[in-house]
Amino acid sequence: MSAETMPGAKMVLKALSEQGVDVIFGYPGGAVLPIYDELFQQNQIRHVLVRHEQAAVHAAEGYARSTGKVGCVLVTSGPGSTNAVTGLTDALMDSIPVVCLTGQVATHLIGNDAFQEADTTGITRPCTKHNYLVKRLDDLSRVIHEAFYVARSGRPGPVVVDLPKDILLGKGTYVPMNRVGKHRTYQPQMKGDLKAIETAVAHMAAARRPLFYVGGGVINSGPAACQLLTQFVRTTGFPLTSTLMGLGAYPGSDPQSLGMVGMHGTYEANLAMHDCDVMICIGARFDDRVTGRLDAFSPGSTKIHVDIDPSSINKNVAVDVPIIGDVAHVLEDMMKVWKATQARPEKAAMESWWKQIATWRKRDCLAYKTTDKIIKPQFAIQRLYEATRDRETYITTEVGQHQMWAAQFYTFEHPNRWMTSGGLGTMGYGYPAAMGVQMAHPEALVVDIAGEASFMMNMQEIATCVQYKLPVKAFILNNEYMGMVRQWQELLHGGRYSESHSTALPDFVKLADSFGAHGIMVDDPAKLDEAIAEMIAIDKPVLMDVRVDPAENCFPMIPSGRAHNEMLLGPEDAGDDAISDDGRMLV
Amino acid sequence: MSMPSETIETHTLSVLVDNESGVLARVVGLFSGRGYNIESLTVAEVDTRSRLSRITLVTSGTPMIIEQIKAQLGRLVPVHTVRDLTVEGPMVSRELALIKVAGTGERRVESLRIADIFRARVVDSTNDSFVFEIVGKTGKVEAFIKLMEPLGLVDISRTGVAAIARGSEGL
Repeated sequence: MSAETMPGAKMVLKALSEQGVDVIFGYPGGAVLPIYDELFQQNQIRHVLVRHEQAAVHAAEGYARSTGKVGCVLVTSGPGSTNAVTGLTDALMDSIPVVCLTGQVATHLIGNDAFQEADTTGITRPCTKHNYLVKRLDDLSRVIHEAFYVARSGRPGPVVVDLPKDILLGKGTYVPMNRVGKHRTYQPQMKGDLKAIETAVAHMAAARRPLFYVGGGVINSGPAACQLLTQFVRTTGFPLTSTLMGLGAYPGSDPQSLGMVGMHGTYEANLAMHDCDVMICIGARFDDRVTGRLDAFSPGSTKIHVDIDPSSINKNVAVDVPIIGDVAHVLEDMMKVWKATQARPEKAAMESWWKQIATWRKRDCLAYKTTDKIIKPQFAIQRLYEATRDRETYITTEVGQHQMWAAQFYTFEHPNRWMTSGGLGTMGYGYPAAMGVQMAHPEALVVDIAGEASFMMNMQEIATCVQYKLPVKAFILNNEYMGMVRQWQELLHGGRYSESHSTALPDFVKLADSFGAHGIMVDDPAKLDEAIAEMIAIDKPVLMDVRVDPAENCFPMIPSGRAHNEMLLGPEDAGDDAISDDGRMLV
Repeated sequence: MSMPSETIETHTLSVLVDNESGVLARVVGLFSGRGYNIESLTVAEVDTRSRLSRITLVTSGTPMIIEQIKAQLGRLVPVHTVRDLTVEGPMVSRELALIKVAGTGERRVESLRIADIFRARVVDSTNDSFVFEIVGKTGKVEAFIKLMEPLGLVDISRTGVAAIARGSEGL
């Protein structure tokens, strides 16, 4: 036998290397010292020391979403793992592959309320795709390989591996990746049922008002899936709308793209959803931000739903043609069937559908009033887009109004360039996520489009960016409010702005200075382009404080409890009765 | 598209899982976290060699919820198979209950007489009490308990439902 004996901590790193991990985001502590000691003695895996464990998970998410690889996190027991919980939940909701290694007290101390002990597998069970507590050294390498397999297969998600200290210190035999057999139970279905695909294509060929509705599942399926989608959509000539998570799966500037659907989606996308007769949902999950009032959601359409996760099907909306499978596999088959059956939707019907869409587009729902006195947040994002569209740019966001404006005004032509917290809506996501993106793409421009309130939730990470020379740009749309909270208070609570004002803000320029980063403040629309150019040119972390109109609201908007055809297009629509009593109950 | 049915149905599910630490917590947590009902749950190892446990679950909900429950169970990593015994053909379901009845005189005699009708066995006896063991479908167990109520019912312990499909096919 050539099997080597080595300490558990060394096995962990060996398994990570075999799994292709080149960066770990982490924070040391007592329980994981053996792993840190091994990290110190090797050069293969880089470690990025974050300043808070939540940021470590978001950074790993940013890394994963921008590369398609599994992100890796290392934190200690107790507070290390509890701090990671928000990030794990975020990754679960948005289906991001992350493996998070957590330290644990020694096996004989588990259950004794030992120092820095927490029931990590208990706490993280509902916020991970799967988790493990390694109690036997013999299981260690297999469990880590399995964790990566589970994280990236099927519908991706976060996996926690809890590692007691005695397991890390004990010596055992490493089991290489290729010696770990096929997983006993977890074998997601990749190929879609051909009969269902044929039915779907038949519905599509007979459609008069078809619409593709695509989500993050296309991006998770990989660049090939995005290419197949683009080809197929162009072959059919059908219009397409995307969820927040799906932006970039199909080129945003393409004439067949109607933009984003949902609560702050475009007028044309939402009305097309409402009026279509065949909806082809690919890798999206009929989230409540997309559907609006469920009983009025796209009432007349035949719904086709492609998803790798059977539990996404018929969860919120009953569909007619469910297809369980990987997007790339299903699209390939759909394209074949489409070609083989020589499907040709009726020309006149398609023309009149596109004519209808053109009239909706003419409404120009994203229009806003510009002024030369104050920077409009939409204008700031438009200028950022113009200045960065021709280079390799990755955009992350925090959560709130700025996030929706970024989705509306920044056009994504490619997948994996847009990282935002969709499902969980985690303020503080964007800055650490941008760090992770920058680690994976050192030469690219990485911008966190932020609000000042969100940014302050994880701004300790400026230190990380400075330490690792990550030239992440925080593009802070500073309206001195938690803007979306303020907007809802304006629409729903009589303009009583309870606790939503960002009082006692720091001077962001001085803040940047104090960390050794670069700060810029701009409040004049005429100087915005110059400031953006400066931000891009500086090869350092930059905090750019863009003072924007504090009163601006995010439109269009489907108020809670309303249907797609009941959008508010601007402030003039947002009267007292804009939101029903039932709608007030919804988030 | 017709609106999905809103009628509440009761289904018996059979779930084969790896008998590993935390697997029951995953199943139970799924139900509490997503607001599903558990009317009965039994679990025990059924294959010691491959360390498999069988969970029998009785749950209720609209057809859409039942479908969702099955899909959610199916995607738990340690779950091998999820079968809906209610829709997959005839099944046999049984539960066992231990029922303590205390009393003397006419009531004591009457409890024994009813136990005989239900084919319940006496598994413990004192001068003023019996413990009956009854096996059957949930309805039978409940009917027996109801009849025992006026006769000095003191305590009940039920196992919950174990179920299996009729015929030669395995899970």
